[in-house]
Amino acid sequence: MNHHVAREAPATSHSRESEFRANEAIEWPVAFDDVIATTRFDVAEQAHIVVDADVCRDCSTRDCVVACPAKLFVPTADGGILFNYEQCFECGTCYLVCNEEGAISWSYPEGGHGVVFRRS
Amino acid sequence: MAERDYDVVVVGAGPAGSCAATVLARAGRRVLLLERGPFAGSKNMYGGVVYPRVLDGLHPGWWESAPVQRWVTRRSTMLLTADQALTVDFRCASWGRPPYNGATALRPDFDHWLAALAEADGAELVCSTTATGLLRDPDGTVVGVRTDRPDGDVRAGVVIACDGVNSFLAKEAGLFEHNDADHYTLGVKETLGLPKDVIDERFNVRDRAGVDIEIVGGTGAVNGGAFVYTNLDTVAVGVVLKLPALAAQQRRPEEIIATLKAHPAIAPLVEGGEVKEYSAHLIPEAGMAMMPKLAGDGLLVAGDAAAMCLAAGIWLEGVNFAMASGMAAAEAADEALAAGDTSRTGLAGYARRLSGNFVLRDHRKLRRAPELVLSDRVQHVYPQLVANTVEAMFRVDNPRPKPGLRRIVTAERKRLGIRRRDLVRDAITGWKTFG
Repeated sequence: MNHHVAREAPATSHSRESEFRANEAIEWPVAFDDVIATTRFDVAEQAHIVVDADVCRDCSTRDCVVACPAKLFVPTADGGILFNYEQCFECGTCYLVCNEEGAISWSYPEGGHGVVFRRS
Repeated sequence: MAERDYDVVVVGAGPAGSCAATVLARAGRRVLLLERGPFAGSKNMYGGVVYPRVLDGLHPGWWESAPVQRWVTRRSTMLLTADQALTVDFRCASWGRPPYNGATALRPDFDHWLAALAEADGAELVCSTTATGLLRDPDGTVVGVRTDRPDGDVRAGVVIACDGVNSFLAKEAGLFEHNDADHYTLGVKETLGLPKDVIDERFNVRDRAGVDIEIVGGTGAVNGGAFVYTNLDTVAVGVVLKLPALAAQQRRPEEIIATLKAHPAIAPLVEGGEVKEYSAHLIPEAGMAMMPKLAGDGLLVAGDAAAMCLAAGIWLEGVNFAMASGMAAAEAADEALAAGDTSRTGLAGYARRLSGNFVLRDHRKLRRAPELVLSDRVQHVYPQLVANTVEAMFRVDNPRPKPGLRRIVTAERKRLGIRRRDLVRDAITGWKTFG
């Protein structure tokens, strides 16, 4: 999550009058890691998300993997879930969509830490 | 009664909390305003439009100092299908002059400003401090909060929980009867940098005038909504997604935004914009269907913590509801402290005030709206019906003569498999809800 992924050339960024070609699929021009890198996080030492890996192993839906807007939950080859609390928007989606009772314990990070949306 | 540190502790320096703290400070109460972020507004995001007229009484002339990006003078409602768009575009020049109507603003700016006004009135703002739980008497009455500071217990006569959509305090107090993912939507937004003159040209506005585009049908198979708002030199583009649908459809939020940005009607507005910030937040979408009990013994709940956000399709508001509920909670707390009864009965003035003003009246009137707006037919079928009808009206496929509107609608309705009685029933529900 934290490693930098090279940006694919944003072809349109310098042209104000860039033409739109209908019916042509536009590639997501920027890698997700670069997008989330625009947001400021003052990471706390203590994780505010705790995932019970044993419970996750029995989960067939993996809704957190799809729904977390920060893409913090990643399935592993051996049927577990890897997660990262560092770039968390603190939205609460993961514990609400979680089907497995008690798999995700979620609280707010320590005061002063976590996501910091910017003033203009 | 045990000794207390403050008359009232307000948890969360968002719009509800800061308005509550202002009212209490002006009433001469000792009030502590707790904020878990490093500054007020640092944890907060929304689509981008605030309706501040509710501040006319509390902060007269608020527009002189409010950190506004642009004043919304153009409001568009857009129906999208995969390759069609129908827009109803309304412009109103007077919305660009005092007392204004809606404004685009960044929440870290707006909330910081509002909290500073509370401080100026005498509220004590303490940031970087998370309220971790409620302090209770043996009989269960709330008498303060625990915080994550050393020796961080704070005792108060009344606690006002303005701790946002996840409100752990309201949940701890048992004020929520259920906690159903179906009641929430996830808002995800990209803030895209573009030069001001490019935004002015693309959106056809000048100076500080701005545009609010609300979109139905822009979220693919996931039920929800989408938006594009103009800030001064950024454009906010985002989606609001129903949680269970998002999980069920196996589509990631950033993919849905990418598809929206590539739509022929949206791409020319946002092309070339560099992502300045990516953000997400939950929205308590279900209105009356999810609203908790508003008071416990020693405790009031306001703003998103009490699901006051109004998500009623053509009206999408929240900050104004939060500010009004915060003010009402503060008045009720002041009244209860004066009467020496801060039990839930003593705090009943809160619900009475909300029932008397727009907060609960709008929610009650629009109680059917969230379900209707997020229903499958309104989300996926009717936009196609309307767009196909308009396309058939304006398509000139001579030598065929023009078909009548009624024939077009009937043909499209049948083609999309819409039963007439469903259409009639939804029309009646829509009329009852919005009429």
